[in-house]
Amino acid sequence: MNKNLRWKVVTILVVLALAVWAFWPPREKVHLGLDLQGGVHLVLRVQTDDALRVESETTMERLREELARRNIAIQGVSAESPTRFQVQGVPGGQDAEFRRIADEQTQGGFNRQSGAGGTYTFELKPNVVVTLRDEAVKQALQTIERRVNELGVAEPVVAPYGMAGDQILVQLPGVSDVGRAKEIIRSTALLELKLVEQGPAPTREALLSASGGSVPAGMEVVSGVDADGFVGQPGGTIYYLVRRTAAITGRDLRNARPSLDENNRPAVQFSLNQEGARKFGRVTGENVGRFLAIILDGRVQSAPRIDSRITDEGRITGSFTQNEAQDLSLVLRSGALPASLTYLEERTVGPSLGADSVRAGIMASLVGLGLVAIFMLVYYKLAGINAIVSVAMNLVILLGFMAYVDATMTLPGVAGFILTIGMGVDSNVLIFERIKEEIGAGKGVKAAVAAGFDRVFLTILDTHVASLIAAGFLFQFGTGPIRGFATTLFFGLLSNVFTAVFVSRTLFELALSRRQAATLSI
Amino acid sequence: MKIFTNPNYDFLRWRWHALALSAIVVAAGIAVLIARGGLPLGIDFSGGTIVVLRFESPVSEESVRNAVASIPGEKVVQKYGAADANEILVRLPQMGTEQGFNLEEGARQVLSLVERANVGKFEVLSTEVVGPVIGADLQRKGILATVASIIGITIYIALRFRFSFAVGAIAATFHDIFVTIAFLTFFGYELSLNVVAAILTITGYSVNDTIVIFDRVRENFRTMRRDSLAHIVNTSVNQTLGRTIITAGTTFLAVLALYLYGGEVLEGFAFTMLVGIVSGTYSTVFIASAIAIIMSGRKAAARVDSVPTSDNARGKKPARRAKA
Repeated sequence: MNKNLRWKVVTILVVLALAVWAFWPPREKVHLGLDLQGGVHLVLRVQTDDALRVESETTMERLREELARRNIAIQGVSAESPTRFQVQGVPGGQDAEFRRIADEQTQGGFNRQSGAGGTYTFELKPNVVVTLRDEAVKQALQTIERRVNELGVAEPVVAPYGMAGDQILVQLPGVSDVGRAKEIIRSTALLELKLVEQGPAPTREALLSASGGSVPAGMEVVSGVDADGFVGQPGGTIYYLVRRTAAITGRDLRNARPSLDENNRPAVQFSLNQEGARKFGRVTGENVGRFLAIILDGRVQSAPRIDSRITDEGRITGSFTQNEAQDLSLVLRSGALPASLTYLEERTVGPSLGADSVRAGIMASLVGLGLVAIFMLVYYKLAGINAIVSVAMNLVILLGFMAYVDATMTLPGVAGFILTIGMGVDSNVLIFERIKEEIGAGKGVKAAVAAGFDRVFLTILDTHVASLIAAGFLFQFGTGPIRGFATTLFFGLLSNVFTAVFVSRTLFELALSRRQAATLSI
Repeated sequence: MKIFTNPNYDFLRWRWHALALSAIVVAAGIAVLIARGGLPLGIDFSGGTIVVLRFESPVSEESVRNAVASIPGEKVVQKYGAADANEILVRLPQMGTEQGFNLEEGARQVLSLVERANVGKFEVLSTEVVGPVIGADLQRKGILATVASIIGITIYIALRFRFSFAVGAIAATFHDIFVTIAFLTFFGYELSLNVVAAILTITGYSVNDTIVIFDRVRENFRTMRRDSLAHIVNTSVNQTLGRTIITAGTTFLAVLALYLYGGEVLEGFAFTMLVGIVSGTYSTVFIASAIAIIMSGRKAAARVDSVPTSDNARGKKPARRAKA
């Protein structure tokens, strides 16, 4: 064996060893996609309008309160859209003072426009809108991540998705209780504790009769299920008039855990952080004897009486099952979502289907490899072994690549493997045919092999580049499983250049180096 | 062993027949396509709900169909997977909007209705719910990816060879895409993400074969300077005929294994690839070179305008038609 050839063999063995090292043991190193191991794939959209609405409405509310405090009598305020609100009837003489207060309260986040009759329109600035939307998505991502981690899923994916900028991809491998997972991910979990001003009452009308049929400024009507029949049939609806501004919210929580209430029913115990404890202490201290509505996602869970000043602990009671109490503690711990979520796409693969697919994929690969191997041996005789070795090595390198870059093996990815078998052999065929041609033209065996490889190299390069272009765009376009296909195809093509040209040639040279061959079995 | 010993077929003589045959297949495909109101879109693109159930014991499609009859809209209930698998697929159309959380409502209803109808014990194999936003998004991306990769390949071939060859290769690629879609229509497959992936792969694969011939043409320009382009091309097609058939054959074998054993999910993908491979081979031999020659135009009917070789021979000798 000459020195040159020895180095080639060493190179091949090193590449082979690296590839095997990269994917060994395959059970740990090769990631299976959801379609192979089962699990759920969700695409959610963050309703970022919610975040804008909250910003507009809290600013509007703050401005209204400040105006009332400074004795500027206005006709009213109203929210026009998620990004716009209006103040009507600002007295002409107090224009300047109004503007000063408005600028103070809106803190440069709004464009102000004045209209007829002392009407002012406030519109969120476009750059603020962009920031708020981005923040909402970012917060939602973090919140979902925390919740998914608490669910105890191995290797979950929570990532931004798509071009629109408001979509989130969640992949939970191996999760079987999809309903619960979805419920936990999307529950807004906005907890608010608000002082009850009026109620409870069985109807909205009865509730508002004391205030002349309309909702007083700075207050709102909330409802919930009347589990114990406070005001009517158990299970009916119960109404409260509460202050719009919450005493504390979920943000003031330090922790939440499932517990039992005094009647041994499931409940959720929460503790407050320092700031929350201070606020809560003040509100409860000033309002002993009144009721405090515990509102979750806009629904009243319960409205206990404040018996004494409370600082750092509280309990949410309602009609929970034990599991619900557990899930509620989980979402409260992970924090509220800044905006509600909607589902755009959901794909669930049961574990048995995944296992079936793995079996089918392995079966198809083996049969494919077998068919191709038989054909090559029959058609090219001993040179067929050469092709089989280089295709097998191509698959090993491909697997190593996939494991090394942490690519995910999906069912279409298996199809990519099988295509790699078929197309990998193409290059061998191209070379072999050329060698036959050169031998036919009267060249000696060694010269024919050399000429075959040299002449065909450019062709192989050209064909591979064309296929790589297609695979590249496929990757760009693909989601999940298709991306897996494009990845296998891409790396399969790359390693094929190496195996079909370098490995296969070395094998020929090895075979020819031993003897002074006059013939070649091809 | 050799399939062809020194083949010398006059493929170019048949170029108009070949073009006509392809035109007929594509036209028939388009006619069926129009008659059926377009290629049926898979759930990836149309949106909607698919639930696949595996029953413990055999059930009739009819009993499941009756169970879900109360769900509004056009439903599809059909057997899924192997004949003895007791698997039933239920497909519902896109329902309502994505506002609120009713996207998954359909899947939930199917499960509760089938459970209540007492058809038999079952497990849920898979659920797919795709909303209209995602469907529209994927449609747009699919078209974009196909167009972009065709443009990319055209540019590459134009750079490496010459423009008229690029046109030939792309014509062959379009031919393969249309023929594949025609066959998908004939056999009632729907356009899913996997099928689009297969079509994109076909674009790359089809061009592969064509490039091999063009490469040979480029090589033969140097040695056959005095021959007409048509003759050179025809010789090149003949010289590479063996390997064109064999490479297609090996890929076909591998994909055939996928079609037979790869399972229900990949069937559409494998079928598309099988058709594409056959069409790609045919178009390589008959379409690509024919178009390349036609595109090279009358001015180059005899000589080549930009042979990558020394220029001294150019235009010295009048054209000689290929006689084969």
